[in-house]
Amino acid sequence: MTETIKDSVKAFIIENFLFGDTSYELADTASLIENDIIDSTGVLELVAFIEDRFGIAMADADIVPANLDSLARISAFIAARSAVPVSA
Amino acid sequence: MCGFGGYFGSVPDGKALLEKMTVAIAHRGPDEQGVFTAPQAGLGHVRLSIVGLGDGQQPMSDASGELTIAFNGEIFNYVELRDELRAKGRRFRTSSDTEVILHLYDQMGEDCVSRLNGDFAFALWDNRRRRMLLARDRMGVRPLFYTMRAGTLYFASEVKALLQVPGISAEIDPIALDQIFTLWAPIAPRTPFKDIFELEPASLVVADERGVATRSYWSLEFADRDAPPRHVNEGKAAEELRTLLTDATRIRMRADVPVGSYLSGGLDSSIVSALAAGMAPQGLRTFSVTFDSAEHDESAFQNEMAVALGTDHRAVACRAGDIAKVFPDVVRYAERPVLRTAPAPLYQLSGLVRDTGLKVVLTGEGADEVFAGYDIFKESRVRRFCGRQPGSRIRPHLFRKLYPYLPGLKQQSPEYLAAFFGAGNDPLDDPLFSHRPRLKGTAATKMFFSGDLRARLAGYDAADELVSRLPEAFGRWHPLHQAQFLESRFLLPGYILSSQGDRMAMAHGVEGRFPFLDHRLVEFAAGLPPEMKLKGLVEKHILREATKDLLPPSIGKRTKQPYRAPDSHSFSGRGEFDYVRTAMGEEAIAAGGLFNAKAVTKLYEKCRARPASGFRDNAAFVGILSTQLWLQTFTGTSIRTAEAA
Repeated sequence: MTETIKDSVKAFIIENFLFGDTSYELADTASLIENDIIDSTGVLELVAFIEDRFGIAMADADIVPANLDSLARISAFIAARSAVPVSA
Repeated sequence: MCGFGGYFGSVPDGKALLEKMTVAIAHRGPDEQGVFTAPQAGLGHVRLSIVGLGDGQQPMSDASGELTIAFNGEIFNYVELRDELRAKGRRFRTSSDTEVILHLYDQMGEDCVSRLNGDFAFALWDNRRRRMLLARDRMGVRPLFYTMRAGTLYFASEVKALLQVPGISAEIDPIALDQIFTLWAPIAPRTPFKDIFELEPASLVVADERGVATRSYWSLEFADRDAPPRHVNEGKAAEELRTLLTDATRIRMRADVPVGSYLSGGLDSSIVSALAAGMAPQGLRTFSVTFDSAEHDESAFQNEMAVALGTDHRAVACRAGDIAKVFPDVVRYAERPVLRTAPAPLYQLSGLVRDTGLKVVLTGEGADEVFAGYDIFKESRVRRFCGRQPGSRIRPHLFRKLYPYLPGLKQQSPEYLAAFFGAGNDPLDDPLFSHRPRLKGTAATKMFFSGDLRARLAGYDAADELVSRLPEAFGRWHPLHQAQFLESRFLLPGYILSSQGDRMAMAHGVEGRFPFLDHRLVEFAAGLPPEMKLKGLVEKHILREATKDLLPPSIGKRTKQPYRAPDSHSFSGRGEFDYVRTAMGEEAIAAGGLFNAKAVTKLYEKCRARPASGFRDNAAFVGILSTQLWLQTFTGTSIRTAEAA
């Protein structure tokens, strides 16, 4: 891959939830909920992005903060499901 | 009802100024206009004739000519007060409630307000003492704004009248904007207009040669949580409540013109309509809004209630595009940015009432604050419940039960629900515990603020200021009462009664009356133990008990569905209006200087592409658009408007 999973997810978050604010220091482990980056609808947008972009079908049981509440967790979840290394 | 403007101090051509001020608020009083001037004082008035049709002209002076009043609102107990004053030898020249205030003031001075049961704002010139008294009702139903310029006090029912004063121009107050984008409303006395203030509910201004002093004459108070409850017998409490509510409605039917009623299909307006229908031998007219989106529409319940009561019922349809069509007018009349479109259908509704020939309507507003009807009260209880066992997977399911009408929540796992609602995270002793998730979610909209605005705000925190404004006893109250106080004292006058109430109704010269905000009822409800209001997760329990014979079970047992209207997607799709595209465009955003133009462009595109955006995106869209319209309307910042595309 020319783009890492993390880069791709990060670009989506910046574009879709931070509306292009690249000055926001989005730490890999920062909680997206506690930092008010996503709300309840945002989670559904994130799930739709992961399914569309990475071809992963997410079950209800997958949609939990443990998998999706930070850049690091999302990347690890996608990597585990798609068997693609987080760092290409 | 009506509107007024005036001054205390030196004004070169007072009469001409007063005439300009009254023209600016002519919509509040289309029936008559009048001005009064004295050395150092002036009052202007526009009248909506409801009581004393032929003899209630204003400004009104007493027989001595020493006291003159300009009054907006109604004194509902004026009949009893007049009888009482007559018994003491007072002679009345008119049949109006306005004259009652003059007599009462003559007898009691400024303490006269404690005897008034009503929705009022007035300015009273006392020529003997050379002083101007301004007063506002307890719950903040009627508005009153004021400002000082060059040693003169100017005041008016709406800010647009003050903007007629030479030297006064509109400039946005960044702190107020921060408060709106955090709390939904400015914290009075602050308004969105820099250096223009709002008289707080239940307050007085006394202006004389010594200066201008403000004081409160009433406050909403609850008993300490450990104090023995004032009411222990639920049956007796329900009986007393019914008596009070019936009387509150009865005295709000007093008018020399027909009185109608709003009917939303919910519990509160149905109760008011049912009581009113029983008191209107000539029949009651009811009015409602319908939506073409099933998510917002309540017409089935409205029709059921109208049929049950036999009212002459009319509805205004709020169709796709209607909100966008009236939104610039909504901002012009509301005089403030808003984060939701909910005022727009109410603006349409008051237009329908006026077209039907009525100018007075009863509404069910206030019941949710007084009897703990809002979801936020239940949510707070569930958050405390979850907070006791933060690891529980079962407890957070309750959040889904609270918001069955929010599709986004249905699909969330318990872990996410707990995280969104801060269950287990927020300290239980936080004074704003009940409102933290809302404040946090709303404040997220401030990510669109420009760098310049952020710099001007310099780290200001609206929530901290809110905490600083709480009464000393607040910490001793039951958590439900704390939450009720926050809703009743700040959001009710700051948003519900103003942006959705007075200003939208008065835009069409319609007076709303609020039986649930009768201060006797408010004080009674404040004295009820929390469990009589919120029983388990059933809201307004005691109110349901007190009125269960009035309504069909389908209405009486209905779970609260908050009044909402379609938000950002009202402004996109077919019928998109040019003004929206222009106001949200980079050029206009940059000209306004308040928001980040690039981020707003992305938000605009996102909301257009996916209408089902969540709370934050919707609130940000509506908040930014209304702020841009506010700038255009009041400061002349160039945002070109055009007809529908």
